Amino acid sequence: MKRRDFIRHLGLTASGAILIPVGLSGCVVAPASKPQAKAKPAPAAPIVMVDSPLSYGSPLQRPHATGDGTPRMIVVFLRGAVDGLNVVVPHGDHNYYKARPGIAVSRPGTQNGAIDLTGYFGLHPALQALQPYWDDGRLAFVHASGSPDMSRSHFEAQDYMETGTPGQHNTRDGWMNRMLGVMPASTSPMQALTLGESVPRILTGRAVVANMPTGRDATRPTLIDRPEVSQAYAALYAEDAALGKSYRDGISARKELMADASSSEQKMANNGAPLPNGLSIDTARLGRLMRSNPDIRLGFVAVGGWDTHTNQGNGNGQLANRLRPLADGLTTLARELGPAFNDTVIVVMSEFGRTFRENGNGGTDHGHGNAMWLLGGNVRGRTIHGAWPGIDDKSLNEGRDLAITTDFRSVLATLAEKHMRIGDPAMQKLFPQYGAGNPHALNLLV
Amino acid sequence: MLILKKTGWAGLLLSCLVAANADAQAVQPPLNDSEKALHVLNRLAYGPRPGDVDAVKRLGVKRYIEQQLNPDSLPLPPDLADRLSALPTYQLTATQLYQQYGPPSFPPNSATPEEKNMARQRANKDITPQTHFSRLWLATESPRQLQEVMTEFWFNHFNVFEGKEWVRYWNGEYEKDVLRPNALGNFRQLLGAVAHHPAMLYYLDNWLSSGVNTPEARGRFKGLNENYGRELLELHTMGVDSGYTQADVISLARILSGWTIDEKGMKEGQPAFIFNPRRHDGGDKIFLGQTIKGSGYQEGEQALDILARHPATAHFVAAKLVQYFVSDKPEPALTEKLARRFLSSNGDIKAVLHTLFDSPEFWARGNYQTQFKTPYQYVVSSLRATATPVLNVRPIDGVLNQLGQPLYGWLTPEGYKFSEEAWLNPDALLRRINFVNGLSNGKSPIARSDPPPPVPGAPPVAVAPNTAAPIDPQQLQQTLAPALTPHSLSTISAAPANLQVGLILGSPDFMKR
Repeated sequence: MKRRDFIRHLGLTASGAILIPVGLSGCVVAPASKPQAKAKPAPAAPIVMVDSPLSYGSPLQRPHATGDGTPRMIVVFLRGAVDGLNVVVPHGDHNYYKARPGIAVSRPGTQNGAIDLTGYFGLHPALQALQPYWDDGRLAFVHASGSPDMSRSHFEAQDYMETGTPGQHNTRDGWMNRMLGVMPASTSPMQALTLGESVPRILTGRAVVANMPTGRDATRPTLIDRPEVSQAYAALYAEDAALGKSYRDGISARKELMADASSSEQKMANNGAPLPNGLSIDTARLGRLMRSNPDIRLGFVAVGGWDTHTNQGNGNGQLANRLRPLADGLTTLARELGPAFNDTVIVVMSEFGRTFRENGNGGTDHGHGNAMWLLGGNVRGRTIHGAWPGIDDKSLNEGRDLAITTDFRSVLATLAEKHMRIGDPAMQKLFPQYGAGNPHALNLLV
Repeated sequence: MLILKKTGWAGLLLSCLVAANADAQAVQPPLNDSEKALHVLNRLAYGPRPGDVDAVKRLGVKRYIEQQLNPDSLPLPPDLADRLSALPTYQLTATQLYQQYGPPSFPPNSATPEEKNMARQRANKDITPQTHFSRLWLATESPRQLQEVMTEFWFNHFNVFEGKEWVRYWNGEYEKDVLRPNALGNFRQLLGAVAHHPAMLYYLDNWLSSGVNTPEARGRFKGLNENYGRELLELHTMGVDSGYTQADVISLARILSGWTIDEKGMKEGQPAFIFNPRRHDGGDKIFLGQTIKGSGYQEGEQALDILARHPATAHFVAAKLVQYFVSDKPEPALTEKLARRFLSSNGDIKAVLHTLFDSPEFWARGNYQTQFKTPYQYVVSSLRATATPVLNVRPIDGVLNQLGQPLYGWLTPEGYKFSEEAWLNPDALLRRINFVNGLSNGKSPIARSDPPPPVPGAPPVAVAPNTAAPIDPQQLQQTLAPALTPHSLSTISAAPANLQVGLILGSPDFMKR
């Protein structure tokens, strides 16, 4: 069955719920206070609603744009608090070298030194693969950004960043899920795609999310792909409200994934390109799926292992060994997005930064301000956005961390508004309590 | 007309309410004996094995609970005990593991990178599968099921990550000698045993932490490391919202400075833990509003005392227990009750659980068959229901990986979540279904041991044939009877015979506990 036919088929047979983007990983949230059931039924086949006020693909003149005009956003979350000061290195400041005698990335031009970006800031040498994107103006950073909440707990800080409500524990859904809720309705159960075994907090909520298995075997056919088997289970799950919804969404997404993946992987094979490794296997698949299926507007992937309390290393070592495959995964993603890269903003973020000074064990402890990375065809690149607070003793937060001058929500709200074209009232839903008075008009896009 | 309409509507509403009320009462009868038996087998154990529901019914749930709370009264089957004692690394102490699986990879040392690499591979090949076997054999076969459930609970509460270098050498011993014996014991004792164990000292870096400017604070031991102090407050005791400050974190790190691993001593057979006064910050500290006089080692014990009897700790642990045993959304009244019991019993875990299993909330129909199993609970309960022997751990490791809950594999100290929100998603259901279909024909590689490694020069050993029979759907249905809804039963019996076992285990009913 072709994908289009499949969706039409879905529209005819499935319950009303499938017509609107509700439910899905379903069951995971408290009952909606305002049922979305009022949303108008979507048309039987996916269309791009160019006339809607929230329309996607309005033909904004963009210098780099050669894609289909459907805006997409991908979040890469670095769990464990990456050391942003060794990612975007203030090599022009002697305080940096004084505070980090063992782990500072050495000055540009020296062995394993930083790649100079601005004369003051430089890029960690393990991120060399990203340098062309900086040079082309498609890579930027927002330095000294982060959450206004002072928590130094990994899971709490991640929770706040994923819900978009710092300091508030009881938010039920993640901001990416809320974003799905304010985007134009779609029939696809695959508007948002997350890599990995479980749905992360950031995509938890009412709207449909598909999660994609990782690794080489993800698209190998399994028993459940046999129609007689999936039908037997469909009957079994018919009467269980929460699990039944999950089951049906799983089967729908699975079919779509198999159809899309097999065709694009077929093309890959024809080109004779080797399969990449590790993170790149998954980002390649994510990129190809998002390129070939404009229904998929949001993507998410988490990468762990950034909690470098000991032996962090400098231009070499533990942190470098994690940054290198990350850079490869990102360039693979950018490449495989193809023309859609021009319609995509990839945001790399982490829950908080690390202490400015290295600790006694050649590592860093939980800190505050960090750099957010922005990669995409329309990103205003070659720029370190935000205000640099300085790293002398009196500028540090609590005398130990990089201070925060840009609220992470300001970056995300700017992207939501200017890139994803989400209008004012909806922005309130996206980042509640982040009032209209807050500046979310950073100049991040061209 | 309008008035009539209004009255009519109100009347209708009223009758609806009455009906709904009656309905609510009608659908909330107390659990019958079979359901009660299944409930305790699902919550205090990893689900029923064949015949278990009837056995618990005969024994009575109250006596079953008493037995489970007193695991020493339940002997391990000799066959299981024999298999455990035949695992060579399972017998070793932390020090022996260190000695036998070196050369140590603590930097700096004289071992070459090749030697370190070989040591790592050897540990991986020997220790890891034996640790996994021991856990899975006990989880699937031990009659002391609650002890196993609580061992998993505490492992998760005091999580260490197997992938962090030396943790792989010690996590099995940590579980066997620290967590399992204290699983139903006293919280203060458990907390102290964890704090002294090299797996935890290593995992959260406290072994490196030294007071600033202390005599032996140099090289890799140069500075204060806050990692353990912070997680001890946030995750092991009081919980993140309980009001401690960054200053308390630093005080606690100073208090615990010098609590380290005695690498040199272990080489000579000494225990792993040592207090090094020459790396301890001897100053007075203010911790949670109390002054802790600089007194060396004793400060740490004092801080653990304060933490173990802190009301926030009682509350934090109680809430976690309610979430594990009763409902994802713990009812505050029950949490309060357990927290009070925790405090009044000085952290007697058995007493707290006793109160929990006695509570009306635990027995409420609204909490029956409602918790979505974690991947580990799902996999272990599948093995138990089908009586699949665990002869090979690799396929189990594989499926737990795929389902997102690798054994001993959570990287960060907060451990796995035990909630539906964390585990229920469309893809997960399909993966679970694929897994149990692999179990159903009796040909699962789990029930087939790996051939022994080839002996050089000797002829290859023939692989033992798998003689296991396919699972009988009738028997499985009987094992799980109180879990299966009429709709499931009729759907399953209408399906082709070769799909029935997979359908039972892949049913929404078996996804829950």
